[in-house]
Amino acid sequence: MNTNNMNTIFWEDERVDGADKVTGKAKYTAEHSLPNLAYAVFVTSNIAKGNIKNLDVSKALAMPGVLDVIYYANCPAVPGYSTNSVERPKNVSEWRGHKVLYDNKVRFFGQPIALIVADSFENANAAVRFVKPDYETESFETNFDKARLDAANLKSPFNYKRGAGITKTIAANVDAEFNIPIEVHNPMELQATIAYWEAEDKLLLYDKTQGPKSTQSVVARTFGLPEKNVRVIAENVGGAFGSSLRSWSNVPAACIAAKKLNRPVKLVLTRPQMFSLIGYRPQSWQKVNIAADAEGNFLSINHEAISNTSRYEDFREGIVDVSKFLYACDNVTTKYSLLPLDLSTPIWMRGPGEATGCFALESAIDELSYKLKIDPIALRIKNFTTINPENKLPFSDNNLKACYDYGKEKIGWKNRPIVPGTLKENGWLIGYGMAVGVFGAGKGSASVRVVLSNDGKLLLECAVSDMGPGTTTSMTKIAAEAMQMPIGKIKFKLGDSDLPPGPSQGGSGTTSTVGSAVDLACKTVQQKLKELAIQFASSFAGLTADLMDVKNEMVVLKTDTTKNIDIIGLLKLANQEKIDLIINSSGKTPEQLKFTSNSFSAHFVKVAVNAKDGKIKILEVVTTGDAGKIISPKTARSQMLGGVVGGIGMALSEKLELDHSTGQIMNASFGAYHVPLHSQIPKTDAWFVNKPDMNMNDIGAKGIGEIALIGFAAAIANAVYNATGKRVRDLPITPDKLGFKVAKA
Amino acid sequence: MPMKACNYNDARRGFLKKSAAMAALYLTPTTLVKAFAVDAFVPTPIAKEKLTITINGKLLHLEIDARSTILNLLREELAFTGTKKGCEMGQCGACTIHINGKRTKSCMQLAVANQNNNITTIEGLSTTEQLHPMQAAFLKHDAFQCGYCTSGQIMSAVACVREGQAKTRDSIKAFMDTNICRCGAYQNIVDAIEEVAKTGTKI
Repeated sequence: MNTNNMNTIFWEDERVDGADKVTGKAKYTAEHSLPNLAYAVFVTSNIAKGNIKNLDVSKALAMPGVLDVIYYANCPAVPGYSTNSVERPKNVSEWRGHKVLYDNKVRFFGQPIALIVADSFENANAAVRFVKPDYETESFETNFDKARLDAANLKSPFNYKRGAGITKTIAANVDAEFNIPIEVHNPMELQATIAYWEAEDKLLLYDKTQGPKSTQSVVARTFGLPEKNVRVIAENVGGAFGSSLRSWSNVPAACIAAKKLNRPVKLVLTRPQMFSLIGYRPQSWQKVNIAADAEGNFLSINHEAISNTSRYEDFREGIVDVSKFLYACDNVTTKYSLLPLDLSTPIWMRGPGEATGCFALESAIDELSYKLKIDPIALRIKNFTTINPENKLPFSDNNLKACYDYGKEKIGWKNRPIVPGTLKENGWLIGYGMAVGVFGAGKGSASVRVVLSNDGKLLLECAVSDMGPGTTTSMTKIAAEAMQMPIGKIKFKLGDSDLPPGPSQGGSGTTSTVGSAVDLACKTVQQKLKELAIQFASSFAGLTADLMDVKNEMVVLKTDTTKNIDIIGLLKLANQEKIDLIINSSGKTPEQLKFTSNSFSAHFVKVAVNAKDGKIKILEVVTTGDAGKIISPKTARSQMLGGVVGGIGMALSEKLELDHSTGQIMNASFGAYHVPLHSQIPKTDAWFVNKPDMNMNDIGAKGIGEIALIGFAAAIANAVYNATGKRVRDLPITPDKLGFKVAKA
Repeated sequence: MPMKACNYNDARRGFLKKSAAMAALYLTPTTLVKAFAVDAFVPTPIAKEKLTITINGKLLHLEIDARSTILNLLREELAFTGTKKGCEMGQCGACTIHINGKRTKSCMQLAVANQNNNITTIEGLSTTEQLHPMQAAFLKHDAFQCGYCTSGQIMSAVACVREGQAKTRDSIKAFMDTNICRCGAYQNIVDAIEEVAKTGTKI
């Protein structure tokens, strides 16, 4: 475990909601129970594109317990489904994405075409195969590799260019293409919604979402309801990694069914549906060209990318952005286009576009280092920058060099063979690799309700969610430090849209954004306490607040702590039951906007590749993060470990397989889509620089979730090259790509 | 419950119920549901089956849907939502429980195939007010993030130690490969199991 300078003033180390999770008490979306609950299941298309000429639901309707079969012909009108902006009422916006149960069009294989609602889960499921569609099929395209070759298929190019061109002599140049297949989030909790119309215009939703406020707003605007009439509860979120950042078809479908049947309806996706209905990391092709002089200075970087989207929506992410600012380089051009395919719409997946971009950029830099005969870490240090070359602002902090120092030492970089493929132990080729990750560090606006009661307990509330990083724990810790009071007396409540507005949990922004609001809320309470002390406690009469501190549940005089009054006593003296405030924290201040802020990571990997069959084993991992102050060491470390596991999957095994003759996903299960398991995970050391970045926000903390994964796949690819001398630029890296013959089972 | 007049489909269902129950470990629930009627259209109400079962030490006499898995019985009928549904295909381990002391994926078990069986779920793992040593170790080592696979991991982990498979980190990993954690808490899970195993406490 990481032993660097962690703040140790806290009393408890475990997750504050951990006991509920290890005892099974924590309730996730589908586990909430409502009286008279009905069960809904989707019937999905088995063609990729076309029209449904007729949908025979009569037999399904006659099945035991079936209450309704909802489809385009009997679906109640949804205000937000209207494409006519003139007809739509002012408080209604058009539903973004696939309008489920709306029309007879099929846009992708596995698209919901009907919703069966029954009195039990078993009865709903039993009716699925009795829904008989009669299709009129259309031609379609799901083959990215083929379709991207025709420029006419590409759309919406975004171009970027800086620099007047290369004036120095190019000593080495890398020009390489990279391919990453579709990867699927596959959180363990199935996507689920329970919808219940408590009144004609009042809707209660239990929904698996990373943003209760975002879901509330989307649902309100889709169904033409005032926001306050929609309550979204997401108490616990069983992983998401981006897949619950928007409302998918399960949300309107459950709302429609609950309305039509006038009873609560629960809709839970199946695991195969988790592959096609809630987004994925898009397939991508990239081309990176880097030129350098003999000393290793980057003279130019060109980064081109194409990623897929659906036919009905554009989805774009930050694939080429890393090349614009991670390293000092005068001449940079990027180009990023979309390729629409007959698939569902992708969504950000952990480390979103940056993970894709860093795989290409960081692999190319590694390749360049061998051409230049410069150590890859030295090459990165050579092009290190403290100024963001894209926007010319200084980084609020950038401690990548400290990460390099730690990782290099811990992984045993000195043992790395200079000539690839030359270190062999017991029939295994050994190699070392490293790569860098980077992600923007944001601070948005958030509101927090803070209640300090006269029993000495502190309650904080914000409508964020916690999909696993430990937001409840880190917010409690921020409050404990600000208030200088024990964690056990603090409760942080989230996961309910009725609470003061907070952001969706995504883009590694929760700790900075909500944490800043929590910090501000606690400081405001302290100020109130000081004012109360001056007003009501005789020993503080006539003093000013700046002479006082609030700590150890007391208001004390800074210069003489024997002069104090405890919080409970003070509130009673002031005859106040509680201090109850709502605090709004805004985005970055003008002072903070003078900087550009990022979290950074550097990953170090030691691999072994079997010299006979090409089997790849990760022997050891050292992962380092520069994310400002580490609020909650234990959960932060867990996030880094999780990023390593996700990165191993991305690098070595994860790939969605499509049958391009039907458009069907061929491996929509855990049995066929291979996420990493226990035995694939090596000993991992996770370390943080843990230096507060006070230019970024008042708590000095930046996000961790994304940088934990970004760059990791490149670190493995680079280590595999170092071990074998074979450069694999197409993920996942499998023995056949290393030139080994794979035995047929 | 009185039986209805026996028509072809009912008789066929009765037969298939028995054979399907025996095959429950090998078939997915979807396949099972299909097996009850193949292509036959059966709009007749589904008869309830009687089930006597002990769950977390409590003897229950139930009337259940014959198609219900133990997983769905626990979650939908009995409010034991600690056992999680992750795939319904026996591939993720989130639904792991103990049946007569043996770890089992509850999504792969028809409830009716468990007459007089003794079920332990995460809610019944600790028989005192205290956390079970494995639960405490998971908490201490932060062996989870989102918590959704955790019940299954803990039920498997207890079996791992009880069955003597926790002697080395490699043997723990091999035994625990049945349980997926997408947040990636694997290293901490192995740490927790190793620690419990090392204490030698009977769990």
